[in-house]
Amino acid sequence: MIRRILALIWKEILAVMRDPKSRMSILLPPVIQLLIFTKAMTLDVKNVPIGILNRDNGEQAFELVQRFRGSPFFNRIVHLTSVEEIASFIDNQKGVMVVSIDEQFSRNLNSNRPAVVQLILDGRKSNTAQIVSGYSSTIIQRFNMDFAVKAGIRQQNAVLVPRFWYNPNVLFTWYNIPSLVCTLTMLACLVVTTQSVSRERELGTFDQLLVSPLVIPEILIGKTIPGILVGMLEGSLLLGLGILIFQVPFTGSLLLFFLSQFVFVCAISGIGLFISSLCSTQQQAMLGTFIFIMPSVLLSGFATPIENMPSWLQPITYLIPLRYMLVNTKGIFLKAMPAHIVLNNVWPMAIIAVFTLTVSAIFFRRRFQ
Amino acid sequence: MRDPSTILISIVLPIILLFLYGYGVSLDLDHLRIGLVMEDTAPDAQTLTKSFTDSRYFDVTIVRNRRELIDPITRGGIRGFVVIPSYFSDFRNRRGTTAPIQAIADGSETNTANFFQYYVQGAFANWLTQEAISDNLRGLPRVDVQTRVWYNEQLESRYFLLSGSLAIIMTLIGTLLTALVVSREWERGTMEALIATPVKTGEIIIGKVIPYFLLAQLSMVICVAVSVFIFGLPFRGSVLMLFVVTTAFLFSALGLGLTISTLCKSQALAYQIALVAGFLPAFILSGFLFEIFSMPVWIQMITYIIPARYFVQCLQTLFLVGNVWPLLLWNLVPMFLIGSLFFMITKYKTVKLL
Repeated sequence: MIRRILALIWKEILAVMRDPKSRMSILLPPVIQLLIFTKAMTLDVKNVPIGILNRDNGEQAFELVQRFRGSPFFNRIVHLTSVEEIASFIDNQKGVMVVSIDEQFSRNLNSNRPAVVQLILDGRKSNTAQIVSGYSSTIIQRFNMDFAVKAGIRQQNAVLVPRFWYNPNVLFTWYNIPSLVCTLTMLACLVVTTQSVSRERELGTFDQLLVSPLVIPEILIGKTIPGILVGMLEGSLLLGLGILIFQVPFTGSLLLFFLSQFVFVCAISGIGLFISSLCSTQQQAMLGTFIFIMPSVLLSGFATPIENMPSWLQPITYLIPLRYMLVNTKGIFLKAMPAHIVLNNVWPMAIIAVFTLTVSAIFFRRRFQ
Repeated sequence: MRDPSTILISIVLPIILLFLYGYGVSLDLDHLRIGLVMEDTAPDAQTLTKSFTDSRYFDVTIVRNRRELIDPITRGGIRGFVVIPSYFSDFRNRRGTTAPIQAIADGSETNTANFFQYYVQGAFANWLTQEAISDNLRGLPRVDVQTRVWYNEQLESRYFLLSGSLAIIMTLIGTLLTALVVSREWERGTMEALIATPVKTGEIIIGKVIPYFLLAQLSMVICVAVSVFIFGLPFRGSVLMLFVVTTAFLFSALGLGLTISTLCKSQALAYQIALVAGFLPAFILSGFLFEIFSMPVWIQMITYIIPARYFVQCLQTLFLVGNVWPLLLWNLVPMFLIGSLFFMITKYKTVKLL
């Protein structure tokens, strides 16, 4: 039995690797995707174009404008000259924010009255708008503090000290790489598994497999293992790239990483087999894969955090293997996550794997009897 | 139309996607779970704690020892915590010392970590102001910040995500569906049969495109209706302009789909290329979720040839702002240019093959 399964696995590997096109399509895209996505998929906000309308000629307003100019966050600053320009500046998306300083600004400050700075933000980009306004508030607060010191006003003697654990410089790459490692592994593994069955279906060679001495569990094992191998290979390759090229620290245990990677890949090929047991053509299998990938990427916490979703939707995310793997990969990369937490995320994936593999075995059997 | 997968892509998939984007993808943090370590219980520390528990952004867990929070932050149960040290009120009331408060964010969730710090800062600033009032300290804060967010006063990320996601759905129908269906015709040889008839190449191309164009417009109508009536998205522009913009975008998306299918002629390959050249750029490089100006310059250059970039901008403007003529008209031009290029390639390739 082992020999028969091995023969089938070998055949599958040959089928994937013999064709140069599919060989490339397995190895090349994930690497390119890792390179481009890491740079492009960033919620990091920098080089923000903004406008400044300074209607005050005083010293204080000039000082505040200089602080905005000096910030590395805003490196494209347009100076507006009238209030009427604000609307067209924002409407045409020439910038995300306009800082508006009125005529009374310096005079108010110098005579100890509160002065007002208006921040006008483009609500079409609400995430960016919030980050930009948070950053501007920091600049203005520091301006306040320095001004108070200069004017000799007594200060509140309490100070907030912000710190970022696990990622002290708040680099988005450190977040992106671990997430992409498991997402791209999922894609590669899923495509290999679904395509291998549906292609044989369409070519009619799947029926030949069924009349061969192999029994259905053996066929399923033979169809799952290449997907698992590709997934493991892909995962290790991307892991290596992330550590060596992008210099993301790997603080946790490699053993735990590969353990959860293995269970994750098993769950994904189980799902792949399940999809292909439902489809009869290649086109249907592709669409099925797509319909599975979209929600699992969007709801896994990769694009946006799960806790932002409405509470009725959150339980659905428990069905998505990627959800657990994202927590584990990020944790093992950056947080040196201890074994008991890692294992807590591994067993749900194991259940998904066992369930999908069993169900697809039942489906295949029913179909061919 | 007889093929169920066509209906699946053009009607069912858009609605699923719209619901996913409408409910699932949200950047609004309303209930950030945080910890608060209260090593000090003096009145000062109590009022500070209250300013955190009163904030609508936080779900606060209060503990006495910071070790209790190590496990939750590693697990991802909380996204950060604030430490009020045991010497807090001592330092605050002594001259010449400053009382520190530590705000520790989980940097592995980078975007959330940034928001955590901004919200903590906001709550802290509120507390400072209140303390200043109760202590009769005059003149703090010196400069008031007034923030006005135009067109999206509540800062609902759903507003811009949903209008942007329409661009992705249209890419899917325009490019993926066309590429798949036409490449199947090539694969089966029915395309050659069609070309052998006296119908002109240009006419064949138009004949192939029109049904998908109508299908896409139909699904656009459904999507806009769902967004406006179910998700409560405002629509402030003109419907006619929306139609014009959609037409321009579909012109380029269908053109891309046709070009892919003409060049590949195999379904599997067409599917892969349609994903890589149509769907992924629309998702990542269109600026609908990830800011284009934050990307490296060489990636910014690539975004100029992606029609979805212009479409996303038009949609967000039409939904949230209204008719901003210069922006809308300038965005129409590149979409038409890209579309014409693709149609020219298709026509040239189809003729040459015979």
